[in-house]
Amino acid sequence: MTQSHASAPDHGPTSFWTKYVFSQDHKVIGIQFMFVSFFFMLIGGFLAMMIRWQLAYPDRALPGGSLFPSSVLEEGHITPPVYNQIFTMHGTIMIFFVIIPMLTGAFGNYLIPLMIGARDMAFPKLNMLSYWVLVPSAFVILSSFFVPLGPAAAGWTNYPPLSYDPQWTGVGIGHTLWLVALLMSGTSSIMGSLNYITTIVNMRAPGMSFFRMPLTIWALFVTAILQLMATPVLASVLGMLLLDRTVGTHFFAPAGGGHVILWQHLFWFYSHPAVYIMILPAMGFVSDIISTFSRKPIFGYHAMAYSIMGIAGLGFIVWGHHMFQSGMNPTLGTSFMMSTMLIAVPSAIKTFNWLGTLWRGTIHFTTAMLNAMAFVSMFIIGGLSGIFMASTPVDIFIHDTYFIVAHLHYVLFGGSMFGIFASVHYWFPKMFGRMMSERWGKVHFVLTFIAYNLTFFPMHLLGMGGMMRRIYDPTQYDFLKPLQPMNIFVSMSAFTLGLVQLIFMLNFLISLFRGKKVDRNPWRANSLEWAAPSPPGHGNFETIPTVYRGPYEFSSPESKEDYLPQDVPSALPAGAPAGVH
Amino acid sequence: MFVWLPEVASTYGPRIDHLFYIILALTGGSMILTEACLFWFAWKYRHREGRRAHYTHGNKTIEAVWTVIPAGILVMLTFMSKSVWDLVKHTNPPSDVNLLITASQFNWEVRYPGSDGKLDTPDDVVLNNEMHVPLGRPTHIMLRSKDVIHSFFLPNMRVKQDVVPGLTIPIWFEPTKAGNYEIGCAELCGFGHYTMHGILTVHPAEEYKAWLEQAEKEAGPQAAPAADEGPA
Ligand code: HEM
Ligand SMILES: [Cu+2]
Ligand SMILES: [Cu+2]
Repeated sequence: MTQSHASAPDHGPTSFWTKYVFSQDHKVIGIQFMFVSFFFMLIGGFLAMMIRWQLAYPDRALPGGSLFPSSVLEEGHITPPVYNQIFTMHGTIMIFFVIIPMLTGAFGNYLIPLMIGARDMAFPKLNMLSYWVLVPSAFVILSSFFVPLGPAAAGWTNYPPLSYDPQWTGVGIGHTLWLVALLMSGTSSIMGSLNYITTIVNMRAPGMSFFRMPLTIWALFVTAILQLMATPVLASVLGMLLLDRTVGTHFFAPAGGGHVILWQHLFWFYSHPAVYIMILPAMGFVSDIISTFSRKPIFGYHAMAYSIMGIAGLGFIVWGHHMFQSGMNPTLGTSFMMSTMLIAVPSAIKTFNWLGTLWRGTIHFTTAMLNAMAFVSMFIIGGLSGIFMASTPVDIFIHDTYFIVAHLHYVLFGGSMFGIFASVHYWFPKMFGRMMSERWGKVHFVLTFIAYNLTFFPMHLLGMGGMMRRIYDPTQYDFLKPLQPMNIFVSMSAFTLGLVQLIFMLNFLISLFRGKKVDRNPWRANSLEWAAPSPPGHGNFETIPTVYRGPYEFSSPESKEDYLPQDVPSALPAGAPAGVH
Repeated sequence: MFVWLPEVASTYGPRIDHLFYIILALTGGSMILTEACLFWFAWKYRHREGRRAHYTHGNKTIEAVWTVIPAGILVMLTFMSKSVWDLVKHTNPPSDVNLLITASQFNWEVRYPGSDGKLDTPDDVVLNNEMHVPLGRPTHIMLRSKDVIHSFFLPNMRVKQDVVPGLTIPIWFEPTKAGNYEIGCAELCGFGHYTMHGILTVHPAEEYKAWLEQAEKEAGPQAAPAADEGPA
């Protein structure tokens, strides 16, 4: 515990500004991150709808498109350059301004001190700063929509030379702003991850050994290490491109002695770990939720923790699997294939352990649990489809087709997003002291689950048919024409999917004010955050809890109840043997 | 509306497809098994009053089994993939069909050596977005780009290779069926990316010879490309 926060719970800051805006309280910062990411979810989702409209009806004007200025949409039509900007910003926003801030920024901040029994982060001021670097970054990325020639248009992967010289894309300053925004959001990530690592290493409550930490904390811990190691590489490569664009260096220009593929190596050295930054935390959250609602200890806790470490470690040696067809030496391709196949093993272990946790449990189908089970179910599909890409020869055909788009959305939407839905429903009562509506939560879940699968599953088939990704009009190709009915079907499903997210938004907002009030531990869960009041005051705990056991003692014979919180000395009458876990 | 992999028309194509279907069978099988388990457990172990969950922290034997089996399958897939990959990328069957394809926004320039058999000489035959190759003989292609990264995609031949400015990348394929096929670009290369469309014609051997002679006559003597026109 840091000195400044050792004070009693109610003695926190009282002015509006220090309490809600420039707060140093990890919980407020977490919630701030959450709202930023909700806001960008709306924008990213809206852009996705525009993509799907264009692909279904390549020559029809966007409904309501005439509301846009004609410099953006010509008579309501999405033009090819604007299309490229739309999917570039969709990908960028969803990754850097929705998923990462939500999983690590919002939940990382909110949960870490609470779940390890600390009063706050190790460096509360740095924590505040990490949020206040993200906010300007968000302004920069948003402002790029309004500059002459519009926002970046080279895909979220931003390969030079396309991204290097305005003459290739027709984008000017918007592209530079993209680089600046990502540099800033990377800075925010680095500050956050430093804080998380320090906090987890130093500030665990008495008795909270590493192997008594909930898997949520394991996942966030390992993710923070990943972030700390990978993000500076991204920063370096963004900096190099920024110099290329502004002062005329030639890191990526062959004409000046640079190398085009250098970007890809450095970019994927960050971005491959980054895809784990987008899934590992969700894996941790879902593990906790599944254990709680099947009232069973997590199956193979140690294997789960080691798999997280294994995925992270291997994650640094597989980046080349994004580059099998890039012109990289094919022999290197083979070695990247080997490491990639290896990394599938810990993923399989995790999946089987989730199934093992359900096995002989007593499963409560709360909204959080349904979303968590959907996470597992969809991660199975997304993980398995990855094996096609891992196989170098098969990747020749499916690389840069809709098969990839299907795979990445099974992992990111089916994985991260369902993980987020599960976690929001699960921790909402802790955050706001009220419940979200279970009924509307379930309606949202069922509709989302169906619409989501109807949207993304057929994309595998589009990819197998050979449809390239990032193309403005698939009907230009004769061999893609038979796929057009399927494109229309996918778009219809996508519009439905987009629409039903309003249910979630409304449920969230209404429950903030009208939800049923709850006490500390509405789910009868074991980990320490449930020992704090809902919502916890400044400083989290009335007294710092002492930890007696692991977080998954559900249905233990040691206790008459079907749960046994980490901070309860012993549930058995005096004289009975104490817990060993 | 039902779609599957497009018609295959190259020698190594069926081997890639074969691998695809093996992986499809394996992953499809695993998917059905695991998803079925998930749904079955969800049903069988749903909460009912009075039942308590089974208290266990895991089982080392089961965990070892379900680690080793997927690992074994993945090792097997790695070896199977490696042999096909080596066939595509590391073999180089001899052939006298050599051409140079230069990508630029948004065009595939296809260059044939004329009767002197050498590229980049005045008697080259140059076509745009149009490519002709003989049936049953390996075609060797040098890929270059003048501006940004493109990706040379022949869906029916199972060929895809990024075309990178600053590099000359050799690829090959051997067509097994005569006919017309489409050429696409698979790497985002600017706003005209979706229009980078060409046609590949696979001719029976005799017809190809006739076509080449005709094309040379039509092209007539041409200037060699100026030095600065080539890729940097
Ligand atoms: C309603 C939901 C969504 C729909 C309908 C949708 C649709 C699409 C489509 C059609 C593309 C391909 C664009 C192209 O290649 O031409 C795409 C790309 C992408 N999407 Fe989504 N998406 C959705 C949600 C998400 C979410 C939740 C995430 C992530 C967290 C995400 C991340 C991405 C990324 C990273 C790309 C690649 C962008 C690029 O190629 O540069 N999407 N999306
Ligand atoms: Cu191209
Ligand atoms: Cu292209």
